Amino acid sequence: MKNIWLIARRELAAYLRTMSGYIIIAVMLFIDGLLFNAFAIPGTAKKSSEILADFFMLTSGITMVGAVFLSMRLIAEERQTGTLALLYSSPVHDLEIVLGKFLAALLFLCLFFTATLYMPALVAAYGKVSLGHIFSGYLGLLLVGATGLAIGTFGSALSKSQVLAAVLSGVMTLALTTAWLLGKITDRPLTDIVNGLAWWGHFEAFRTGVIHLKHVSYFVLVSFIALFSATRVLEARRWR
Amino acid sequence: MIQVEGLTKFYGERAAIRDLSFTIEKGEVIGFLGLNGAGKSTTLKVLGCVLLPTSGRVRIDGYDVTRDPHEIRKRIGFLPDTPPLYDEMTVQAYLRFVAELRGVAPGELQRRVDEAMARTALSDRRGELISSLSHGYRQRVGVAQALVHGPRLLILDEPTSGLDPVQIVEMRELIRQLKGEHTVLVSSHILGEISQICDRYLVIQQGEIIARGTEAELSTQLGSSGAVELEVRGDAQLAVSALKAVAGVSDVTIAHLEGGLAALRVVTAGELRAELVRALVAANVDVLRVDRSAARLENIFLQLTHGKA
Repeated sequence: MKNIWLIARRELAAYLRTMSGYIIIAVMLFIDGLLFNAFAIPGTAKKSSEILADFFMLTSGITMVGAVFLSMRLIAEERQTGTLALLYSSPVHDLEIVLGKFLAALLFLCLFFTATLYMPALVAAYGKVSLGHIFSGYLGLLLVGATGLAIGTFGSALSKSQVLAAVLSGVMTLALTTAWLLGKITDRPLTDIVNGLAWWGHFEAFRTGVIHLKHVSYFVLVSFIALFSATRVLEARRWR
Repeated sequence: MIQVEGLTKFYGERAAIRDLSFTIEKGEVIGFLGLNGAGKSTTLKVLGCVLLPTSGRVRIDGYDVTRDPHEIRKRIGFLPDTPPLYDEMTVQAYLRFVAELRGVAPGELQRRVDEAMARTALSDRRGELISSLSHGYRQRVGVAQALVHGPRLLILDEPTSGLDPVQIVEMRELIRQLKGEHTVLVSSHILGEISQICDRYLVIQQGEIIARGTEAELSTQLGSSGAVELEVRGDAQLAVSALKAVAGVSDVTIAHLEGGLAALRVVTAGELRAELVRALVAANVDVLRVDRSAARLENIFLQLTHGKA
């Protein structure tokens, strides 16, 4: 536990002290605000809750893409600069390395979530929305972010360069996003499984203000698998 | 302290090291020599618990690298060939992080960090960002992180690489000071950089140990090195014939002759310095100087590595 926090603290400090993290968040905020203006707000006789639901949908997509870029450096950069040898030669478990890095990225991503709060606040100021709806949406965003970062950590563990890490994680998240396309050409039992893989299908309930355990478990499970795989990759790299 | 038996490491199809065996006693300073790509770094990474061996047994302080790597990691300090530094941290913050990571108790943290900085002459740079340091200072921070938690074994992979002559002397002095307190394993591909500070040397070539021993032992492993240089006063010809009469002497040459003083070079099989002096004294020739013509370590190294290449 202590080691996880130690690694997370250093990683978070690195995020806060270098420009790349801020730039990624700034770009995410810019696009989010733009899309909010262009797609969520317009429309005739739209209910406040509908605007809010649209906001969460747009933000979830941006979170997923942003997570790929935020997490690409986590392990690949350490491998690139040779600092991974420091962690490898210290009395720290590989799982602690992975969890520490993941936690730091998640905390940094929360900076983005905090900065988006003005949009639901605007909707609340000019319309009528429930706090529960906002909470449910942000819980969903946090889960989407965690899943994206976990996949990104896995991609980063596999790669020597950050670019390659971003490409790998991008492909993996894209596969999870477009799984339903495969559902169109498969038969019945398989269709349900393939459709169930798509992450936004599970986000659907959150954005409309409903928290469902089965959807929470989907995100937790995917994150767990990705982080577990990242740990195994780190372990395996000691053999070659 | 370290027992290595039949250590082999494959990268895919290629064996980086094969069937290495050696032991290192507590408190020794061992020089690990080899050209680039000979397998030094791989061996040190296995000892540093960064890589796992393909086969063979490595025990450090009684613990096995594959079974109890954590126990070993607590006891070693490892400087890889590129110092593992986080550029965005200050020297002090970085060393604190490493010390905590290696399990130094919170109460001792600052004292250990101060001590490591003092030993590596970094105290006045403690607040500087690592990214702003010169190569020599970065290398020092690398050594400081290896010793900050007071490990029993220090593994330094090419600590002198890329340093200027003054810095090399400083680094050697530092390693010399570490002796006794720590067991030190230091590698280099340039012999001169680590000569005189090591108790013993292991010479590695294409993944195999081709020679081992002290500087003197290494030189006697080579035929050419049983040479002795003498300076005598008296009849040079008489001295030559007296020396040739000693059993085991294969050749005597007069290297220099001036004003009754003669410099002689004698090639012998084995250690015969005492016999040579006795023969000269018996022949009534004064002996002013006896030197083992130590083939410079550099030459030994070159001969060893070229002979097998």
